[in-house]
Amino acid sequence: MTTTAQYNFAYLDEQTKRMIRRAILKAIAIPGYQVPFSSREMPMPYGWGTGGVQVTASIIGPNDVLKVIDQGADDTTNAVSIRAFFAKVARVATTTHTSDATIIQTRHRIPEKPLGQGQILVYQVPIPEPLRFLEPRETETRKMHALEEYGLMHVKLYEDIARHGRIATTYAYPVKVEGRYVMDPSPTPKFDNPKMHMSAALQLFGAGREHRIYAVPPYTEVVSLDFEDHPFTIQHFEDPCALCGAEQVYLDEVILDDRGGHMYVCSDTDNCEERRAAGHVGTLGMQEAAE
Amino acid sequence: MYVAVKGGEAAIANAHALLADRRRGDRSVPALRLDQIVEQLGLAVDRAMGEGSLYDKELAALALLQARGDLIEAIFLVRAYRTTLPRFGYSNPIDTGSMLIERRISATFKDLPGGQLLGPTFDYTHRLLDPAIAGGEVPAPITREADVEQAPRVTDMLGRQGLMEPDGDTDPDREVGDLTREPLDFPLDRDLRLQALARGDEGFLLALGYSTQRGYGRSHPFVGEIRIGEVEVEFDVPELGFAVSLGRVRVTECQMVNQFKGSAKVPPQFTRGYGLVFGQAERKAMAMSLVDRALRAREFGEDVVAPAQDEEFVISHSDNVQATGFVEHLKLPHYVDFQAELDLIRRMRAEHDAADMKEAAE
Repeated sequence: MTTTAQYNFAYLDEQTKRMIRRAILKAIAIPGYQVPFSSREMPMPYGWGTGGVQVTASIIGPNDVLKVIDQGADDTTNAVSIRAFFAKVARVATTTHTSDATIIQTRHRIPEKPLGQGQILVYQVPIPEPLRFLEPRETETRKMHALEEYGLMHVKLYEDIARHGRIATTYAYPVKVEGRYVMDPSPTPKFDNPKMHMSAALQLFGAGREHRIYAVPPYTEVVSLDFEDHPFTIQHFEDPCALCGAEQVYLDEVILDDRGGHMYVCSDTDNCEERRAAGHVGTLGMQEAAE
Repeated sequence: MYVAVKGGEAAIANAHALLADRRRGDRSVPALRLDQIVEQLGLAVDRAMGEGSLYDKELAALALLQARGDLIEAIFLVRAYRTTLPRFGYSNPIDTGSMLIERRISATFKDLPGGQLLGPTFDYTHRLLDPAIAGGEVPAPITREADVEQAPRVTDMLGRQGLMEPDGDTDPDREVGDLTREPLDFPLDRDLRLQALARGDEGFLLALGYSTQRGYGRSHPFVGEIRIGEVEVEFDVPELGFAVSLGRVRVTECQMVNQFKGSAKVPPQFTRGYGLVFGQAERKAMAMSLVDRALRAREFGEDVVAPAQDEEFVISHSDNVQATGFVEHLKLPHYVDFQAELDLIRRMRAEHDAADMKEAAE
């Protein structure tokens, strides 16, 4: 047995990176189309961001600045683990500040602060196929995409309205990219869908276990599916963030006791911290400052 | 407070330190050595090598030790190491016909050239816990000269009489697929399917194979032959112009003989189900050959009615490293999505209550 295993820059060998980069280029050329790629076993489990990690590993260079978020937060355990992985195998600079990052790998959220040109958002995707829960067979869904046959999805959304009076999909809400492919935005809350539309940043999606990569190039049309009489709407929170007072942002509900007491705080921790540093204070914000 | 898992970095480091401690256990008990695992837990090592798709006993033993005996975790460790290894090329097909046989049985013939050889099997042992095993010494084995008699494969003997379908009609010059280098594209050819089954989860394949025996895609199987032993692995070196031996690997091969099939053009013949696994892994090889045969339903024009016959279903779910990752990822935080669902259900309940109130008032 070898003594200490030697790994290439950013873990993956260069041949693998080249294969993944080819898939990424193809994905950018056909926005919203799922490109099959030969996903590798990574040193973290499938379903824990191996697709995003492989995409990031293939595009990252020594001068990149990496930010990793999970549920919007930089300090959730899996985000910490992935950030530590790249700090170790690529020795790149890491940050929690959205605006300082050149690459942001994310699970389940898009940062509140609009992304700019030159930034790349890498999504971790569990199930890349938006039609999967309507049709479990890959051979069938591939055909449906090829024929642009998305009737099934509209029927599903319509059935939601018939049954619940509204479209009952709250996350992983399907979008149509550049008027062609229906795409799964990964399990981000539908609150984040409008941020994908005409974004200045490149958006890359990696699904490791499912062997798929797809992309939304900068300034691409991303439209959430809806009906004329049931237009797409995003979640709206009654209260602002209890720590920084932010409105029009996505909030996490934090349970305070077992008698129904709760508070709402920013899901995007970096945005919240920057706001508090700038002097914004929410209803419970003073307590935080005193700690 | 769990909120946003503040200090996640320190928590992870502490958890891993605790894991290392629990892995070692009571320090007054001697630590396991890798050679002890290789020698005395050989079948666990074999399973880690088989499903890990890497033939290296010492690494598999290390993986088992590091995984505290959790087989799927060990398989994962082996796979994650394997994927980083450079690929020099592909060996020539191994010849199981010239295997150095340790065990060889056929259920279809009472006796046959090469004979029946039970070998190191659990079969016919009485499953009574034996306290003498714990710490007990075992007498040295009795040895004798090996038989020189050749043991041709049962399927080859049947094949010569035309009773068995030929062993595939794939062009021998065709490059064999490699599921670790190319994304799977359904429907699969049999080479890729067999690769996926060979590294597939033993328990999953066992259950699927079992289901075919209970009527979900029945194929009337007979164990034509199971053989376990070492085979030579040869590698063509272009610079030399001939194949050189890289060494020997132990494999288990199962050839299932299944009910016949004929057509207007082809006279009735038995059909094959094939299993081949690293190490001694008889249960896995048998289950694999049952599932292989079931998955050939389309090829034989049989109705695809049972789970075991459904290629996308079987192959998409047979890999335990993928399966365990995705099942276990549910323990990662999902509170952003859950918040979205909470919000919706609260709104729907509010509307429901309002409708009730209105109804009561009317």
